Amino acid sequence: MRLDSKIPEGPLSDKWTDYRSSIPLVNPANKRNLEVIVVGSGLAGASAGATLAELGYKVKVFCFQDSPRRAHSIAAQGGINAAKNYQNDGDSIYRLFYDTIKGGDYRSREANVYRLAEVSVNIIDQCVAQGVPFAREYGGLLANRSFGGVQVQRTFYAAGQTGQQLLLGAYSALQRQIGMGNVQMYARHEMLDVVLIDGKARGIIARNLINGELERHFGHAVVLCTGGYGNVFYLSTNAMGSNVTAAWKANKRGAFFANPCFTQIHPTCIPVSGEHQSKLTLMSESLRNDGRIWVPKKQKDERHPTQIPEDERDYYLERRYPAFGNLVPRDVASRAAKERCDAGYGVGATGMAVYLDYASAIIRYGKQEANKLGEYNASDQRVKELGKALVKEKYGNLFDMYEKITGDNPYEVPMRIYPAVHYTMGGLWVDYNLMTTVPGLYSLGESNFSDHGANRLGASALMQGLADGYFVIPYTIGDYLSKEIRTPSIPTDHEAFERTEKEVKERIDHLINIKGKKPVDYYHRSLGKIMWDKCGMSRNAEGLKEAIKEIQALREEFWQNVRVPGQSDEFNPELEKAGRVADFLELGELMCIDALDREESCGGHFREEHQTEDGEALRNDEDYSYVAAWENKGDGKFELHKEELAYENIKIAQRSYK
Amino acid sequence: MKLTLKVWRQRNAKVKGQFETHNIDNVSPDMSFLEMIDVLNAQIIESGGDPVAFDHDCREGICGMCSMYINGRPHGPNTGTTTCQLHMRSFKDGDTITIEPWRSVAFPVIKDLAVDRSSFDRIMSAGGFVSVNTGNARDANSLPISKEDADSAFSAAACIGCGACVAACPNGSAMLFVSAKVSQLAKLPQGQPERKSRVKNMVKQMDKEGFGFCSNHAACEVECPKSISIDNIALMNRDYLSASLASEK
Repeated sequence: MRLDSKIPEGPLSDKWTDYRSSIPLVNPANKRNLEVIVVGSGLAGASAGATLAELGYKVKVFCFQDSPRRAHSIAAQGGINAAKNYQNDGDSIYRLFYDTIKGGDYRSREANVYRLAEVSVNIIDQCVAQGVPFAREYGGLLANRSFGGVQVQRTFYAAGQTGQQLLLGAYSALQRQIGMGNVQMYARHEMLDVVLIDGKARGIIARNLINGELERHFGHAVVLCTGGYGNVFYLSTNAMGSNVTAAWKANKRGAFFANPCFTQIHPTCIPVSGEHQSKLTLMSESLRNDGRIWVPKKQKDERHPTQIPEDERDYYLERRYPAFGNLVPRDVASRAAKERCDAGYGVGATGMAVYLDYASAIIRYGKQEANKLGEYNASDQRVKELGKALVKEKYGNLFDMYEKITGDNPYEVPMRIYPAVHYTMGGLWVDYNLMTTVPGLYSLGESNFSDHGANRLGASALMQGLADGYFVIPYTIGDYLSKEIRTPSIPTDHEAFERTEKEVKERIDHLINIKGKKPVDYYHRSLGKIMWDKCGMSRNAEGLKEAIKEIQALREEFWQNVRVPGQSDEFNPELEKAGRVADFLELGELMCIDALDREESCGGHFREEHQTEDGEALRNDEDYSYVAAWENKGDGKFELHKEELAYENIKIAQRSYK
Repeated sequence: MKLTLKVWRQRNAKVKGQFETHNIDNVSPDMSFLEMIDVLNAQIIESGGDPVAFDHDCREGICGMCSMYINGRPHGPNTGTTTCQLHMRSFKDGDTITIEPWRSVAFPVIKDLAVDRSSFDRIMSAGGFVSVNTGNARDANSLPISKEDADSAFSAAACIGCGACVAACPNGSAMLFVSAKVSQLAKLPQGQPERKSRVKNMVKQMDKEGFGFCSNHAACEVECPKSISIDNIALMNRDYLSASLASEK
C-alpha cells in the first residue's frame, strides 16, 4: 500500500487557505444526520467535540475519567506557542514553522507544520474569547515568555497551569454543547475496539467502567484523541490512566502506527525517590528561562550545593551551547544531563540528578524590583526578599509542588532534577486531513504523529491539540462526510458490531480467568524497566535486540501468570489496567523494532552508533528522511511502509544550538 | 513506617458499607498517600482479596480526580494539598489512619472510595461558559484586561473540581465550586453579556442536584486544595440577588 499524505498542491503559504476553501461542504440538514464519535476529552477531543457539535453534527464523546475535565492535558504547565509577534521580536508564521521543523530534527511534514503555525494565532483569540485567564502585563495586554529551542518570546501562559486553563476553556465549550443536547457525553467509558464495516470505521465498542457492560456505538466517522503512549515506560509524567489502547486497537484494525520510537524525555523532572514510585512529576520547562542548570566540577562532590563556590560549578549547558544556553531543546538538555550523571558528576542520594538553581534569578529580579521601588541601596536580604516574591508570582505553584514532593524548599536550596519520559512524538499515521489509513478513522493531538518530527518543542503540544480540534478537523472531516450523506445510521445489531463485541468480551474473560500469581503492576514495572534501559534516552542495536526478546518473554508470562481480581461486570480498575498493560506489551516491542530499523540519531532517538565526535546526534538524511509507518500483520508481525519527506521550503542542516 | 488503616469498603451505591482494617509495613516517608494505597492494594491482591477502589489520575494535584476523607478531613491534614500530593512524611510510625469517600447526597458512592461527581458537570452545562462558537473570536489583544482582573479571575479559575468543598461542608453545599466559575467569568469582560443568566442557571441546577445551602461555615475554604477564597461566594450571592431582582423573565 502506498501512503498518500494528500498534501495540497501550491505554494506552502497558500496550501491551507486554498484547500480549506475547496473542501466539499455538508449542508446543515445533512449534518444533523451525520454522527461522529470522539474518543478522549483532552484539548484535542474536547475542542473537536465542541466544534463539530457547533457545526451541527451529532456527536458522542467518550472518556475513561469521571469527567471530561480530568484529561491529562490539564497537567500541562508552561504554555502555548503562537506566532502573534506581540513582542515585536521578529516572530512570524514562517519562523514558528521553521523552529518546529528544526526542533523536530527534520523528521516532520512541512505542510502540516506550516498549517499548525498558521492557525496558532486563531487559538489564542478563541481561548481569550472563552474567558481563559492568560497572564497579562500591567497595560492589560497578553504576556509572553521564552521556551526552549527558540529565540523569540511567543509562549502564552497562565502561571504554571496553562494546560488546566486551556482545557477548562475547551471543557466549557463542550459542556455547553452537552447542555444543548448536541453532544452526548460518556464519561467512565473506555473504548476497547473500533468497528469496521466494508473497510470503513463505523463505530466503537466501549466498556462502561461502572458496571462493566460492553456497549456498541455507531458513528459515520470515529475521531481518536486519546493522547500519547509514554506510560509504556511505567514511570512517566503521564497520568496513571494514560494509555495506548485506543490507538493500538486501531493499529490492529489497519491504521498504521508511525515513528513509534520517537519519544520525548523531558530534562526537568523530579528524580525518582524509590521503588514505590508510581509516576514522575515535571518541573515546567519555563523554569529554564530563569533557572541555571549545573553540577559540581568535582566528581561525587558531597558538599551541600550552597557550599560549592561559583568557580567549582559546571554550568554545562551554558558551556556546551553558548548560543542557546539553558534554553536548548529538550532532547539536547536531557542527553547532556545523562552524560554528566553517567560520568559521575550527578548529585543527590542516587547521583542521578543535576541542580536547577534559582539563586541568581532571585537576586537579579530582586534588584529590578528594588529599583522600581526606588530602594537603590537595598540590603542583600531585602533584595532576596523582593526577588523571591517575584519568582513566587511567576512559578509559585511549581515551587510549592516541588516542596510537597521532595520536602526541600527550592527558594533556598537548588532543585534536583533529572530527565523523565514526557511525550510521544510518534502515533497513528495520518494524512493532511488527519485521517488514518482506515477510511473514516481520524487521529488528533498527541495520538497522531504528524507535527513534531523526532522532537517536540516546549509549548507546542497544547498548540497542536487545539489546532487539530478547533481549526483543522472541523474542515477536513467534510472531505469524508460529504460523501457519506447517503449512508443512514447503521443499526448496532449489524454482524460487524456483534463480532467485534464478542472478540472484546473473549479477551476480557481471558484476562480475568488467568488467575495467576502476579499483579498487573509487576508486569508494567518490568516492561518499563526494559524500555527505559534499552529504548530510552540512548539506544544501541544490541540492547534493542535484547529488549525485543525480553518483552516477548514478559508478554508470554503475563498471559500465563497475571492476576486480575474481581469480575468483569463490575467497577474493576485492575481489569482496566490489565487491558492497557497487555497493549503496552505489544507496543513496546514495536517501538524497539522501529528504533532498531532507524540507523541514525535524530531528535529524541539517539543511537549510540551514530554520533558526532563531540557526542551530538548524527542524522542520516540520505537513507532515513522518511516517516516509518508500521502495518500490524497480526501475531507480532509488522510491515514497514515509508513516507518520504520532502523539504521544499527549508534547507536541511545539521541542527546546531551552539 | 508501620501503619494501621481503617478503610471504608462498599460494593456499590445500593448496599451498606463498613470499615475494614489493614496493617501495612514498610511505608517510606517519601511515598505519596496514593502510593501507600498502591502498596496496600498489591498486598490485598497477593492475598487473594478485592483491592480498594479509588479515583486518581494525574497524581500531580491538578486533575481533581483523587478524593478521600483522611482522618476526617478532605485530602488529609495539610492545607492546600490534594491527596495525591500528600506524602507519608506527614504521618508518624504506628499511626492509625481512617480513610473514607466523600460523603454527600449529591455524590453517591460507586465503589469503596470512588464517588459519582457528574452533578458538577451538569452544573457547568447549565451556564459555566461563555457562548462563543469556534471562529467567532477577535484578535486577543484588542480586548485589554487589567492585570488585577486577570489575576483575580485566574485565582478563581484554579478550581480543580474535586468536590472537597462539598465534602467539607456540614450542609453539603457546592457554593464554593459554583462561585469559583461564576466569579471567574464575572471578573472578565468576556463574561458580562451572560452574567445574569449564568448565575441564575447555575444556582438552579445546583439546587436541583441536591446540594445544601451555604451557612458561611467556611470549612470549604479551609479544605480547598487550591485555596479558593469564599470571597467568590460573596460575589456570587451579590450577582444572584441582583440578577433575581433585575430579571424580567
